[in-house]
Amino acid sequence: MINGCENTASLTVGYHPEASPFCTSVPLFMAGSHSILILFAHPALEKSQVNRHLIQAVTQLNSVTIHDLYEVYPTFHINVKREQDLLLAHDILVFHHPLYWYSSPALLKEWQDLVLEHGFAYGHTGTALRGKKLLSAITTGGSAEAYSRRGYNYYSLRELLTPFEQTATLCGMQYLPPFVVHGTHLLQSQAQVEPHALAYRRLLLALRDDRVNWLALQPDRYFNQQLDQVLEPVETAHYG
Amino acid sequence: MDNNTFFYQAFVYLAAAVLSVPVAKRLGLGSVLGYLIAGVVIGPFGLGFVGQEGQDVMNFAEFGVVMMLFLVGLQLQPELLWRMRMPILGLGGLQLTITTALVTGIGMMTGMPWQTALAIALILPLSSTAIGVQTLTERGLMKTPGGQGAFSILLFQAIAVIPILALLPLLTTHAGASVAPTTDSQALAGWQQTLLVIGTVGGIVLGGQFLMRPIFRFIAATRLRESFTATALLLVIGITLAMQKVGLSPALGTFVAGVVLAESEYRHELMSTIEPFQSLLLGLFFISVGASIDFNLILAQPMLIFGLVLGVALLKCSVLIGLGSLFRMGLSQSLLFAFALVQGDEFSFVLFSFAAQSQVLSERLAGILVAGVALSMALSPLFMIAYEQVIAPRFAAPASRDRPMDTIDDNENAVIIVGFGRFGQIVGRLLMANGYRITVLEHAPEQIDLLRRFGWKVFYGDASRLDLLAAAGASQAKLLVLAIDDPEKMTQIVNLARKHFPQLKILARAIDRRHAYALIRQGVDRLQRETFGSALDLGIEALKLLGMRSYRALRVARLFQEHDQEALSEQALLAENETALMARSRQLSQDLEHLLQSDNRDLPNHIDRAWDISSLRQPTEDPR
Repeated sequence: MINGCENTASLTVGYHPEASPFCTSVPLFMAGSHSILILFAHPALEKSQVNRHLIQAVTQLNSVTIHDLYEVYPTFHINVKREQDLLLAHDILVFHHPLYWYSSPALLKEWQDLVLEHGFAYGHTGTALRGKKLLSAITTGGSAEAYSRRGYNYYSLRELLTPFEQTATLCGMQYLPPFVVHGTHLLQSQAQVEPHALAYRRLLLALRDDRVNWLALQPDRYFNQQLDQVLEPVETAHYG
Repeated sequence: MDNNTFFYQAFVYLAAAVLSVPVAKRLGLGSVLGYLIAGVVIGPFGLGFVGQEGQDVMNFAEFGVVMMLFLVGLQLQPELLWRMRMPILGLGGLQLTITTALVTGIGMMTGMPWQTALAIALILPLSSTAIGVQTLTERGLMKTPGGQGAFSILLFQAIAVIPILALLPLLTTHAGASVAPTTDSQALAGWQQTLLVIGTVGGIVLGGQFLMRPIFRFIAATRLRESFTATALLLVIGITLAMQKVGLSPALGTFVAGVVLAESEYRHELMSTIEPFQSLLLGLFFISVGASIDFNLILAQPMLIFGLVLGVALLKCSVLIGLGSLFRMGLSQSLLFAFALVQGDEFSFVLFSFAAQSQVLSERLAGILVAGVALSMALSPLFMIAYEQVIAPRFAAPASRDRPMDTIDDNENAVIIVGFGRFGQIVGRLLMANGYRITVLEHAPEQIDLLRRFGWKVFYGDASRLDLLAAAGASQAKLLVLAIDDPEKMTQIVNLARKHFPQLKILARAIDRRHAYALIRQGVDRLQRETFGSALDLGIEALKLLGMRSYRALRVARLFQEHDQEALSEQALLAENETALMARSRQLSQDLEHLLQSDNRDLPNHIDRAWDISSLRQPTEDPR
């Protein structure tokens, strides 16, 4: 059990009966390649066009495992051992979820509570996650302006994400600038959503293939706002 | 005994019991004292309703003691005996040894031959199991350290009676006296006698292990309760006859048979079958003890006999209090168990008369001792009352603090599961997997065999009988899980349990909707329709295969379940009003119609409102 694909059925997203399994990670050992685990949490994906597009854009990429938490654990009964094994088998973690009440949906919080155990994720002997990277991929209904001192959410999204950042820090992980899509209420047509989906895919591929110029990365801006500046150009296309 | 005197006597004894026991219990004196007083009242020194023939009755009623030891044996699985070995051997052994040594010494000081002194000293330390256990249980003191200590000592004594019986004939001071006049084996040499004893006891053990279970299984398969009762009585009487034949105590034989059968699935059924006979005969026995107290003897030598009673009581108390502090029981608990055990043993009547028959004791001495023991039994409830009124209040706080000492498992499990088929097994396995001990009652012998082969403790019995429920520990249990197929029988059990064991929470499996209605109206605490849960789960799988996200499928199913449960409770009350004559199939189709009408097809659409962002579009599109 290296890539968590021993049970593909449980990793299937079922909103399209004909949809292929999301679990697409094929072990691919090449130099400069990292494996990515997307912990995707959305209780009503059938109602979210934006998240459907984002997920579809990163489906079936080599070394990228999509773990659809609400599909696998509808009863909230999380298999801790299995989740920890999944974490061990990947280098980069992505918490992909809509922002609900300035935090993650309940199941991802439950996942953190149970899986990030003392002695595994933190504490003297809890070194399993050390050196890994954590990326938050967030969608919000409110616009970017809403998350500012002038907006009705007052705090910036970076401020609101500090619990995730500190979680990463305590576990010895590097917390990356978040990937954020604001104003999902306003994104209705495919054309409006498509650029975000492509950016998400571009970012994950760059992380996977280690093509990020870390020195150029500005920590206080969203990752997707600085893709052109920090991603090194693709020499040989590694799509798929 | 012709019919007239038989019925006359039966009438007198039963009337005495019926009148005196409730009065004695109401006065807080306990049933034993009630029986004894009734015996005195109807005896030759009271109203004189029964006279010399009381002796016959007593001989007959001793059979109650035989049955009692069978029941004591049934409650003592070898495993339980083993777990209690420390208190039994330590407390029991020391109590008997020390008291015997002291009484022997005192007896020899008064100039008795050592054999006589020893014979008396072996019998006097014994305490009545019937009185001790009954008074402690009646007062809810059985679970205290003192109560458990008393029980351990009584157990040890129940076993010690066996070697004492064997030892007594050897203590005869008359050369050439026979072992026991009633046996046919007196001509045998000592080693032959020993072989015979070992052979008989071994036969009971092997027979109980390998012969009785197939027989009981065969009888149980007939489902005729009276044939089971007849078999159980036959077993006890048969053992009694066999033991008398070889010159051994019938009580020993039935005790051994009880221990052997304690492991079997028929334990509870046997207990509940024998128990009424035993209580009745034991009551009769106490009455005849009361009737046979020789007041002439007491009046002739009042100082001697009262001195004997008080002296022995004082001696036993001091030894027990000493042992209590040795075993770190605390003073209040030591006093409790000392006071619970001051009385003589009903078995010592048997032993004294046996000793007299074997010419170990003279008839006169035996008579004095019997009178003394009977008096001490009559006085023992007074000791308990003294403990409760005077001593216990002073120790109220410390007694409750040092309460949980030994966890002695007495087989009273918190959960009773009735019916161990496909449904009950799942419940039972879940509870067992989480460390809860369960008592299982099942009425299909084939099923019991199978489960026993896999190491389950399953007992045979029809749980719609009050006595069997009681024997399975219903008065101490917390939960009663009903998982049987027969709705009528389940109704009976629910009514019985509601009436007699109100503390029990009842969890019932309903066969179908109609049955669920009935159970709801009966007020069971928890209810599960046997097919509903699994059908719902399969429905969830169907929704998922049709493309629904599993979290949503789960939530709509839960919603459906809540809705259906509400409808069930509502319709349970409606269904009460319908005429019972309506054909069942018609009822069920009508139920379905009600249900379909009440199903709200839009309901599932309400569940995701919180996550539906379409309602948010309006305000955010509108610049504030």
